[in-house]
Amino acid sequence: MRGAATFAAEFAPENMAYAAVVFATIARGRVTALDIAAATGAPGVVLVLTHENAPRLKPMPLFMTAGKAGGGDDLPILQDAEVHYNGQPIALVLAETLEQAEHAASLIEATYEIDEAVTTLEAGKARGTRTGIAFGQPAHVEIGKPEDELATAAHRFEATYTTPRHNHNAIEPHAVTLYWQDGELYMHDAVQAVNHVAWSVGSVFGLGEDKVHVTSPYVGGGFGSKVLWSHQILAAVAAREAGRPVRLSLSREGVYRTVGGRAQTEQRVALGADAQGRLQALQHTGTVIMSAHNALPEPFILSAQSSYATKSMLLDIQVATLDMLANTFMRAPGEAVGSFGLESAMDELAERLGIDPIELRIRNEPEKDPMKGLPFSSRQVVWCWRTAAERFGWDKRQAPGLRREGEWLVGLGCAMAGYPYQRMPGGAAGITLTADGRAQVSVAAHEMGMGTSTVHTQVAADRLALPMDAIEFRYGDNALPGVVLAGGSQQTASVGSAIIVATRELVKELLQLAGNASPLAGLSADEVGTTHGGLASLADPQRYESYASILSRAGRFELSVVGQAPMPGEGMHWSMHSHGAIFVEARVNAVTGEVRVPRLTGAYDCGRILNPKTATSQLRGGIIMGLGAALMEETQVDPRNGRIMNASLSEYHLPVHLDVPDIEVIFSDIPDPVSPMGARGIGEIGITGVSAAVANAVYNATGKRVRDLPITLDKLL
Amino acid sequence: MIEFTYARASDPSHALLLGAAQDARFLGGGTNLVDLMRETVERPRELVDVTGLASGIEETASGGLRIGAATRNTALAEHPLVRSRYPVLSRAVLAGASAQIRNMATVAGNLLQRTRCSYFYDEDGSRCNKRAPGQGCDALEGLNRGHAILGASDACVAVHPSDMCVALAVLDATVEIEGAEGTRQIAFADFHRLPGDTPHAETLLQPGELITAIELPPLSNEARSAYRKVRDRSSYAFALVSVAAVLRLEGGTIAEARVALGGVAHKPWRAAKAEAILIGQAPSPELFRRAADAELTQARPLRDNGFKIELAARTITAVLSDIAGDAA
Repeated sequence: MRGAATFAAEFAPENMAYAAVVFATIARGRVTALDIAAATGAPGVVLVLTHENAPRLKPMPLFMTAGKAGGGDDLPILQDAEVHYNGQPIALVLAETLEQAEHAASLIEATYEIDEAVTTLEAGKARGTRTGIAFGQPAHVEIGKPEDELATAAHRFEATYTTPRHNHNAIEPHAVTLYWQDGELYMHDAVQAVNHVAWSVGSVFGLGEDKVHVTSPYVGGGFGSKVLWSHQILAAVAAREAGRPVRLSLSREGVYRTVGGRAQTEQRVALGADAQGRLQALQHTGTVIMSAHNALPEPFILSAQSSYATKSMLLDIQVATLDMLANTFMRAPGEAVGSFGLESAMDELAERLGIDPIELRIRNEPEKDPMKGLPFSSRQVVWCWRTAAERFGWDKRQAPGLRREGEWLVGLGCAMAGYPYQRMPGGAAGITLTADGRAQVSVAAHEMGMGTSTVHTQVAADRLALPMDAIEFRYGDNALPGVVLAGGSQQTASVGSAIIVATRELVKELLQLAGNASPLAGLSADEVGTTHGGLASLADPQRYESYASILSRAGRFELSVVGQAPMPGEGMHWSMHSHGAIFVEARVNAVTGEVRVPRLTGAYDCGRILNPKTATSQLRGGIIMGLGAALMEETQVDPRNGRIMNASLSEYHLPVHLDVPDIEVIFSDIPDPVSPMGARGIGEIGITGVSAAVANAVYNATGKRVRDLPITLDKLL
Repeated sequence: MIEFTYARASDPSHALLLGAAQDARFLGGGTNLVDLMRETVERPRELVDVTGLASGIEETASGGLRIGAATRNTALAEHPLVRSRYPVLSRAVLAGASAQIRNMATVAGNLLQRTRCSYFYDEDGSRCNKRAPGQGCDALEGLNRGHAILGASDACVAVHPSDMCVALAVLDATVEIEGAEGTRQIAFADFHRLPGDTPHAETLLQPGELITAIELPPLSNEARSAYRKVRDRSSYAFALVSVAAVLRLEGGTIAEARVALGGVAHKPWRAAKAEAILIGQAPSPELFRRAADAELTQARPLRDNGFKIELAARTITAVLSDIAGDAA
């Protein structure tokens, strides 16, 4: 670690100006007056931009409304006086220094006409809900007769679970440094979707995406939030108006105000089981909050779609529309909070039935996908349960409230983790082989700290039979091949499948170049393999020639190919998921209600593990995030004005080091037979199941069931 | 941030001279003041750095300790005399903030740190009588899970965030102050004020006055003390409730009892009613709970913080039971 990586807010083009943003302080209404005189006259101010002087722009294309649409919302940006949420940008100040910009921004006085606003889930429900549209489909699933089956089941359990709003807190706040040159826009942006950002920014400014150049060499965490939000558009407008490069680095508060987070959910889970505990009805329904300019109803029903065999199923998401910042993707959108409801309810059902919670789940293992009816590509759920239970010491679990050590009540709990495999269309990779025996592998992919560059250097080295130090992996630039979203835990599969195809293209080209003078003469691509920095006949390894030799004999300095990943058909024929079983020890202080988690063990089946070190780290990070969601994470919104009141890392609680215990992660490492490298995603599964496992452990410790996250001490007094 | 000048004081009289300027503020470690300046909640025009002034810890003639105002929190917590004679103080300091912040923060700065009420911090979007007298209090009917249950007013329901000050309250410390008129001493219990109608006036310190030292009277060798902090995560969170206590037993009865609460009031809350019930009694968990309840009958919960009453009662009981040990 040298600290030499250049992040988006560290590029410093000459003559750069700094931007600061002014945010609305009302939930709904309009700006009737904006006093910018003091700001305009303040030292160092270059430009003050408001809805009165901003150029006309199209709104950002909302995520999922087009292939490369990457906008978090589609509200107009400084186009009119309307305020749609508390925190909406209403002005921007550009100045010679950041301090001058922030100071001038503080001098802007807004006067508002305030409309009545809907700021709570309850008020939103009262106004009427609608069925959510998730990933282009109505979020409603009905199989069999879920109401009848529930009514006639031998055992019934029903409860409501609630989860609060969460905000994104990547260690690097959102930032962009950009400039215009000859009508083209050059952005160094902290994003996890360079192509989506380029296309979407182009759409706002009426430019082709080839006129928008986005690089994102290092990103300090994304988790779904590092897409296109208003700040990039504001910075681009300011740069064009001022004719200067601009840096806009959102403050931590600015991220809370203008970058969406996870939506609040109210989930009802109703389970009907026969005498042996086999599910006859699985109902997971409820309400989420959303803005009117938003693409994602938090899809909490995803876990229920594939977790358990059931005779009937009812899943439904209703949306309550609020005057709020658009919510968005946040690590395992859907599963992270949906697994809290479902996996808590399974624990509650197990207790009512007098069945061990693991046994209950195993009895309900499905033979095929319970919703789609497709076969599973690979499903090792039982292995996860058995392995983790043994390592964790599940046999030491006692009845609720029995184990006490001094002031501390000790309990054990578990839950199932899961996340679907995805691979989106558009994967592509370029490989350039040079005569010195080195290779450059290029993909418009992203490194956000999860190890992308390491893993794909490794994958490419393996495929090309070159040492890792002979591989240069280039990424984070929309000029490179591929449209690769670092989201949905799909980047590795997307890039990996493209590298496989590109390698094959390269082999074909090499064989052509090699010609008749080569020991490889006459062999087809199917008859050779890569080995020792070259190609060799699979049947007769003695027939070998190195890449360097082939290139130099052909008089070529380099050879370049681009491979397009095949369309992702695997997901249409197979039900593909990563799974896990997460076990938690919780200690609850009998005096104060404080909860501490000294131990977590998870066993995961994520297909082949490409790099155990980075994969384990990904899982641990997800589990820690789950621990935060379980015990402390909560966006506090004042219902009177829809304002986020804990917009800082001191008041928005995340786990600190002392909260994070020893976390054991075990992988099955069983390759998935149909995914490109045998690997499925690992980025999001870690967070799933954790909050239910904590709640279940807290119940086992105390006999108290908390169905409302986070599990703060006041709920246990 | 708004522009300001910065000067470093070479001695207390130099500091007083510089500090007499309008809108001047003394700067200790800056761990709170600079944050507030960034939020434009604090808007000093001049910062007078007093970290170069008295920072020693020395024994007094009476056997107590004199702690220089610029002593860093870490130095205070680690000092052998503090650890051996006033363990409650050392523990309280170490329960606060993070190691990095404690390395910077000074003792006087800790006394003067301001509430973490989020409406106080939100200069752009919220009303606060403490920040802007007469503006109104958005916390009163707002999000107030962390707010006061004791001694609050309709003008302000904020709490004092310090851990160290809760320990100083049970140690009967004295605050030494220098001003244009010379040196004066204020009993620690009187130093911080309740909000009343003037929540912006948080202490008895007058403009331009400088805290130069904290004095601790000797604590009997027979006395036992403890500090316990209850919070939403293991570290780096302000107290929901904290308790500092000193007990001295004599022949099976309580000869001396001092109890203070943090996280519940606009100032470190000395629990006088509880203390009165404890004195002269044989220690027992039932007695401790009765004393706690007596103190908390005056508690007034807000919408979100009613749990603090039970939490405080339980924590007081547990801390006193711990101190009394086998005697209880």
